[in-house]
Amino acid sequence: MEKLLQYSFTGLSAGALYALVALGIVLIYRSTRVLNFAHGDVAMLSTFAAFALLSNGYGFPLALAGSLVVGAALGISFYLSVLARAQREGANLLGMVALTLGLALILQGVAVYIWGAEPVSLPFPISSTKTYRVGVVVVSQLALATMAAGIVGSLLLYLLVQKTRFGLAMRATSENLMAAQTLGIPTRLVLSVSWGVASALGVVAGIFLAPALLLDPFFMLDPFLKGFAAAVLGGLNSLPGAVVGALILGVAESLTGGYLTIQYKNTLAFIIIIVVLLVRPEGLLGKEFKERV
Amino acid sequence: MDLVESYAQDLGFARKRITRALLALLLMALLAFPWVAPDYMVFIATLVALFSIGVIGQNLLIGYTGQISFGQAGFLAIGAFSFGHLSIWGAPFLLALAGAGLMAALAGVIVGFPSLRLKGPYLSIATLGFGVAVYQIFVNSEVLSGGRSGLAIAKLKPMFGLSSVRYEYFVYMLLLAGFTWVSYNIVSSFVGRAFVAIRDSDIAAEVNGVNLTRYKLLAFALSSFYTGVHGALYAQVLGHIEPQIFNILESITLFAAVIVGGVASIEGSILGAAFVILVPKVFADFREMVPVVYGLGIIIVLMFQPLGLYGLWLKTRLYFQLWPFR
Repeated sequence: MEKLLQYSFTGLSAGALYALVALGIVLIYRSTRVLNFAHGDVAMLSTFAAFALLSNGYGFPLALAGSLVVGAALGISFYLSVLARAQREGANLLGMVALTLGLALILQGVAVYIWGAEPVSLPFPISSTKTYRVGVVVVSQLALATMAAGIVGSLLLYLLVQKTRFGLAMRATSENLMAAQTLGIPTRLVLSVSWGVASALGVVAGIFLAPALLLDPFFMLDPFLKGFAAAVLGGLNSLPGAVVGALILGVAESLTGGYLTIQYKNTLAFIIIIVVLLVRPEGLLGKEFKERV
Repeated sequence: MDLVESYAQDLGFARKRITRALLALLLMALLAFPWVAPDYMVFIATLVALFSIGVIGQNLLIGYTGQISFGQAGFLAIGAFSFGHLSIWGAPFLLALAGAGLMAALAGVIVGFPSLRLKGPYLSIATLGFGVAVYQIFVNSEVLSGGRSGLAIAKLKPMFGLSSVRYEYFVYMLLLAGFTWVSYNIVSSFVGRAFVAIRDSDIAAEVNGVNLTRYKLLAFALSSFYTGVHGALYAQVLGHIEPQIFNILESITLFAAVIVGGVASIEGSILGAAFVILVPKVFADFREMVPVVYGLGIIIVLMFQPLGLYGLWLKTRLYFQLWPFR
């Protein structure tokens, strides 16, 4: 029983980070219908930016803010300079996936060029070795912080999307772009803000993952794939679905790792997703945009 | 007279008898190549030949049938390791090659089943999952992967008194020619038309009598057969395989080759394979720049030349054929 609780807690704290990644992917997919394969690499490069700021003697809050700005700027400029243009010319899903893959490769190359492929460790103010006992569960300070980051990030996004006037515009744009434009919503601005917010969410995940994994140009690949898988599991156009999917994925992964086998942890996670998709092809909470022939 | 519906068809009018002469010239150049070029270049040409087979297969799936798959590394690994085990058990080269292709095709059919229900992004994550699963199975299973030291594969025994590099070059070029010929025939037959119909709109295709189950599974089987053969030939060239070679970057490289070469074109696949092989060699002194070149290549191609390198070639040809008019 204690083990079960312990594994579930570990899973939830991993799931919180997957949720941040997945939320970004879903936000981008539902606003611009783009599967952003560069999501993880934007976060990776921004985390390196934080690393650069920290090693030049700036404080942690400043580094965090700086990396968020870098991430958002990367997302927005990629959307405006490349994707908006491609979409105007009627690029299909394959073309846009390929464009984001291109960006991902460029960012990886740039990171390797500037910081090298050797893993470095990000000086982080929260320790992963300091632990507390809550009931029967041992909780590390880092796990608590990641969970808090996940909750705060999701909550802020929820408030933005559901409670503000701008969020209303975002929802309208994702529902029907043409109608939103006709109603006078500045869709270009809305879409670029969506890209910026989504990328920043990914950066938060990157910053909190960096102390647990080491920082190298490929460290976001695995979390990105998990976040992507979680987003698909929950339904690619549902924001609550992303959180639900991520938490399920995190817990499932931690439980299979704990009880069955640690080596096939990722495989089992993907098998769960494929099985769920076979039963519900649109994800748990998703409702895919209907297609006309 | 059929309606001309696409840009490619438009360009097709420019086809002339000189094409055949050029083709013959190209074949002669390929025959003479190993005798004039240094061994290193011949080896690179061999690599391009084997990559082309995989890229053509991937293009059949992505370009013609429109099913996005990120699990190609899995098929590569299955092909390579089937080939390795078969040749260690003493199977002759061609038999081992066929076995590798068939094993991969079998896996392709299994992966193809989700494609009957899943579309676009959902399918890409399912295939990605397959790639990850195969990778982990090979990494963790010593029986399959040959343990920590990997699997050693004996070199091809050269015949006809050729040196081993030249012999390998000719065998691979012959295989590539065979696969290219078969692919041309697939693409221009009813099978190819069914693939294209599924890509353009699967519902409309089904209404028009294309059996979706059969043709989607066939596309997966065919494409993974090609990829399996690619894996096997790669294993043969390397002479030593371990599961770490077949990671997700390998899938992305194949994907990049398809996009840069030209979606839904066989000549384009070969050009794309040449691109992904030559770029790392040309930029050998700046290894970290290789992904940047890939990435920029993809973005530039998609923004300015949607038909890829093949489209570029078509345009150049048209320009010279119409010269001095334009």
